Amino acid sequence: MLKKTRFSVAAALALSVSATAAFADNIKIAFIDPLSGAFAATGTNGVHQYEFAAETLVNAKGGVLGGQMFEIVPFDNKVSPKESLIQLQVAIDQGIRFIAQGNSSGVAHAITDAVNKHNARNPESRVLFLNYSAVDPALTNDDCNFWHFRFDANADIKMDALTDVIKTNDKIKKVYIIGQDYSFGKAVAAAAVRFLAEKRPDIEIVGNELHPIGKVKDFTPYARKIVAAGADAVITGNWGADMLNLGKAVIESGYKGPIYTYYAAGSGITAAFGEAGKGVIRLVAEGQINPPVSGEAKAYIDAYIAKYPDGNVDQPRITNVISMLAKAIDAAGTATDVVAVAKKLESMKSDNLFGGTVYMRPQDHQLIQDVHIEAHTNEGVTYDYDKSGYGLVVESTVEMAGMDSPTSCKMERP
Amino acid sequence: MDLILVNIIDGLVTGLLLFMLSAGLTLIFSMMGVLNFAHASFYMLGAYFAYQISMYLGFWMGLLIAPPLVGLIGAAVERYGLRRVHQYGHVPELIFTFGLALLIEEVVQFFWGRDQMPYQIPEALQFVAFSISSYDIPAYKVFMIFLSLIIFGGLLYVLTRTRVGMIIQAALSYPRTVEALGHNVPLVFMGVFGVGTALAGVAGVIAGPVLSTFPGMAIVLGSIVFVTIVIGGLGSLGGALIAALIIGWLTTFAKTYNVRMEDILTTIGFTKPEPIGDSGWQDLWTLTSPQIADILPYLLMVLILVFRPHGLFGKRDA
Repeated sequence: MLKKTRFSVAAALALSVSATAAFADNIKIAFIDPLSGAFAATGTNGVHQYEFAAETLVNAKGGVLGGQMFEIVPFDNKVSPKESLIQLQVAIDQGIRFIAQGNSSGVAHAITDAVNKHNARNPESRVLFLNYSAVDPALTNDDCNFWHFRFDANADIKMDALTDVIKTNDKIKKVYIIGQDYSFGKAVAAAAVRFLAEKRPDIEIVGNELHPIGKVKDFTPYARKIVAAGADAVITGNWGADMLNLGKAVIESGYKGPIYTYYAAGSGITAAFGEAGKGVIRLVAEGQINPPVSGEAKAYIDAYIAKYPDGNVDQPRITNVISMLAKAIDAAGTATDVVAVAKKLESMKSDNLFGGTVYMRPQDHQLIQDVHIEAHTNEGVTYDYDKSGYGLVVESTVEMAGMDSPTSCKMERP
Repeated sequence: MDLILVNIIDGLVTGLLLFMLSAGLTLIFSMMGVLNFAHASFYMLGAYFAYQISMYLGFWMGLLIAPPLVGLIGAAVERYGLRRVHQYGHVPELIFTFGLALLIEEVVQFFWGRDQMPYQIPEALQFVAFSISSYDIPAYKVFMIFLSLIIFGGLLYVLTRTRVGMIIQAALSYPRTVEALGHNVPLVFMGVFGVGTALAGVAGVIAGPVLSTFPGMAIVLGSIVFVTIVIGGLGSLGGALIAALIIGWLTTFAKTYNVRMEDILTTIGFTKPEPIGDSGWQDLWTLTSPQIADILPYLLMVLILVFRPHGLFGKRDA
């Protein structure tokens, strides 16, 4: 049996060598995220951005390893950790070596754990986990592992940048923190409390609460509480429908201050906020869209909008995932030995299409990048979201945010 | 004090919206014995249709055109779908409506995509009706309250004061006798299904701009509608109203006031185990009312089923 396998592997290798360019297998990246249910919009737009990035940044330039193309294979996980593990197994069984996931840190925890175990038990079919959006700090701290790479700034780094801005605003005396009841929501709340106490001890935290994720029909009662508490600023890590409904309810209830958010843009949210969100909604995010940083970035967004007229480039970090993975595969000279790829990926410095450079910190596999505070507005917007005339304009930037942030990650290397 | 008043208004809005959804469902359920899983999907259709119409003709035309459109689709579903499945018994009917719910969700995603729709409140209602201390009550909420009340009044009138209403009520209890008297009972069924789904459509039209219009909106409301009709009593319009209002106020108040389980337990006479992290009762002690607000209606339903199986105003067992 073993001999037979060896023979077939050798045969396959010989075949693949002889037919490299013409018959080269695509390098598949499994995209495991919600494609149905309440958060389907976020996931679907993610797939489009992945496919476009792979097409534009890799395939159009001749692929990697002398002609192998990237292919994105979408899997629907319904934002359920359980479902994600099934899809992960399906992806692994299909021979896919790169797993991309981002929506929900709860899911990311399940995947990183499963990937770690799988790689320990099956050294011949190891996979890498490219986390492009799940920002629970624990993933690059206590729960870090060698196979996990995070391309978004984590909740602590973002909160650090956000509180730098709040620090300079003397009008803010009372802050209300509200979030979804799961690991990420809790991480945002904890970081907000910690950084505010450090930077502005005079600020009173008048509310700190969690609500069930994806289950709240009407946020009006929460909005009333925020007004009742007399908050000058609201901080939330909400995303998807939870973000939109919370924001709408808060604005409608007579609240006038800023709402600092992580994910209040794109997927129809910008259009739905429209005029009401102007001067209220602020975002802390990576990747500068407005004003565009370079002609290259402009060309990329123009081409994306030409292909997906209803789409937005609202997750610019996806370009980093694709281009850095391509570079790492080329540098390692293999797309199947993920250990070699991972070793090239960590400590990689790369240019960011949307401004500045990025650096994959080897201690914890956290990408260090510029973090911006952006405002939801219709003034000075070159690229709007949702064809609404409204978009995000960068107000202030923290360069290489969190470069020296501490990490408790003790990584075991293969 | 002001906050209580504001909460009463907010709860009223939530409750009346829920009522409009459950009114149709309770009529359909009691008359045809069909647990219509797709009911909330018709609510979603109402929102999407109204959004599409509002793009060209404005919000008000959407409010006028979308519900009858949804009603027509509902009637067609009854005439060409449910009626054929009916002869095979209740389980196939259940599966049919369940499949229909999935189908509608996919169709909606096919035509409108998965994004949030920028379905907005009409400009004529984009102002603050009045403020109670610092709490704004948007004019749109006042409009929602009035519209729901008008619909409730209209339904009550039709069901209790008109000939059609009497036939419907008779067909509820004795369909065979009514048929024997020469009335077209299948037509009555189709009409009730159409009107029921149209009501869900109205709810969608007016809820779309505030609760946001997206493919998941049916799932979010789906189960709570069933809870409402079970609590109110199957087939009882008044019961549906009362139950919807109870649920509206219950959840609103539970979310606004942080009632902590710790306080309740301490008042009863328990002492908090220290440190709480080591106690097996940690989850119970750290519970707050906003966390369980959305479960309370289900708890209420269980209690109702135990102590009053036919619901608050129902005449039959659930």
